[in-house]
Amino acid sequence: MIAARRIAADVRSGARSARDVLEEHLDVINGREPDLHAFNVVLADVARDAADAVDVAVARGDDPGPLAGVPLALKDNMCTRGLPTTCSSRILEGWRPPYDATVVERVRAAGAVVIGKTNLDEFAMGSSTENSAFGPTRNPHDVTRVPGGSSGGSAAAVAAGFAPLALGSDTGGSIRQPAALCGVVGVKPTYGVVSRYGLIAFASSLDQIGPFAATVEDAASLLEVIGGHDPLDSTSIARPAPELVAGLDDGVSGLRVGVVGEMTEIDGIEPRVRDAVKAAAAGLEAAGAKVDTVSVPSAAYGIAAYYLIAPAEASSNLARYDGVRYGLRVDADDVAHMNAATREAGFGREVKRRIMLGTYALSAGYYDAYYGQAQRVRTLILRDFERVYEQFDVLIAATSPTVAFELGAKTTDPLAMYLCDVCTVPANLSGHPAMSVPFGTGDAGLPIGVQVLAPALGEPTMFRVARAIEQAAGR
Amino acid sequence: MAERITRADVEHVAQLARLALSEEEIGSLSEELGAILEYAAQVSALDTHDVPPTAHPLPLVNVFRPDEARAGVPRDEVLAAAPDVQENRFRVPRILGEEP
Repeated sequence: MIAARRIAADVRSGARSARDVLEEHLDVINGREPDLHAFNVVLADVARDAADAVDVAVARGDDPGPLAGVPLALKDNMCTRGLPTTCSSRILEGWRPPYDATVVERVRAAGAVVIGKTNLDEFAMGSSTENSAFGPTRNPHDVTRVPGGSSGGSAAAVAAGFAPLALGSDTGGSIRQPAALCGVVGVKPTYGVVSRYGLIAFASSLDQIGPFAATVEDAASLLEVIGGHDPLDSTSIARPAPELVAGLDDGVSGLRVGVVGEMTEIDGIEPRVRDAVKAAAAGLEAAGAKVDTVSVPSAAYGIAAYYLIAPAEASSNLARYDGVRYGLRVDADDVAHMNAATREAGFGREVKRRIMLGTYALSAGYYDAYYGQAQRVRTLILRDFERVYEQFDVLIAATSPTVAFELGAKTTDPLAMYLCDVCTVPANLSGHPAMSVPFGTGDAGLPIGVQVLAPALGEPTMFRVARAIEQAAGR
Repeated sequence: MAERITRADVEHVAQLARLALSEEEIGSLSEELGAILEYAAQVSALDTHDVPPTAHPLPLVNVFRPDEARAGVPRDEVLAAAPDVQENRFRVPRILGEEP
């Protein structure tokens, strides 16, 4: 696969046309998409118009931007004006949003060519992309296995060479876990670094948009484009996008790296995944970092807290799907029955489960014991990380306890599926940045991801460490 | 803390969530929610005496924007996406308790 930065350089210099680049990628999609189902929709004609516009700009002597002519896949929970946006849910099938998400405006302004909308677990609820109302996505490394989730379509699209770049969203690991399972780089930035305007809400205090790419450098380029303050998102941090690419190869000499026990030495982790984390740590040590083990005791309670907080927020956010203003309506004699029948028909099994779980956790008599207690545990997790970051510049851990599993392996046991996120949810609860970098292979030759975590706004250091791990992996 | 989730509990919560469920779904949800809540009840093992809740990772208070008029989302595009519209408004079936 050709790197996004190479493509952009060639398109800006006129060495290649954006249209040729696009057609090459559409050919790859035509060849393999029927087996993978990474996309809910391929926007070939929209993409051709966008690529031609980039070529016109180059011919005119204008600079089309840092991602000039780079095909980019968008997770189908980001609003695209006039173009289908489904969240892989029947309840939004056929809906065309009246506005663009801020990230969509920013990638287009940077010259990227949006090539399609990728499949996801319905409303981003899941860890395998099997909860899509439109059928599962398959892992490009082995089509009998899942790509991870919920951003499984975006991860698979990059891994299959359908697009050099993709965007996903990460509420409990939904960028990092599929990145690990598909052997690509996936980044959850600090909460507030990337605008959520136009991202269809799942759990608003946890959701964050981030990049997928084949390399750490390409992921850094994309985060530089999508990051930075947006007045349309009141939770967006009032700072410009982080500068990442310039310092990427500054090395890790003297950096203090902690290996998190609670996110590596856990029940059910595959030995080769644990070995990969240790090997990555050894690679960093060889590059001059100071490596030690560290404990974040409350991280062991991350899944328990997450599966109270995230469904609680989801049950509130998804109240908007009521059959009144957009999306599906199932008619009934009165409004209350219309609401209930619409939601019964429009939501899939996992979405209903989470709405029920969240509504229960917020209901009278249970609020304090469940939701309130989970919020206090969230404080403990945040404090534990802040204490650890006084002694360490970055942390490393497993991203997923296992390599990609077979389709259907966990669909009958919701709790087993939830435990896929055991290593990733702590960074969502704390709001800190974290990313997954491919590092070697595990059982059946499938990719393993190593997770790098950093304190709030620590992206520049996190990316340097990720780059060093990438080099230690021989990539 | 975790207790058995009965069919009546599921029906009550479904009513709160405005969600119609089949008989089969009520049965499976009572088992699944019970198992998930039993796991989630681990949070009660931690001592959180005097620990304040965290609702949000950023210490943000009252984010304001300048009070300036600007274009909103186009009305016609919004209404075009609605299931039923009458005179630039969203039309719904009768609201319970009112005459049609």
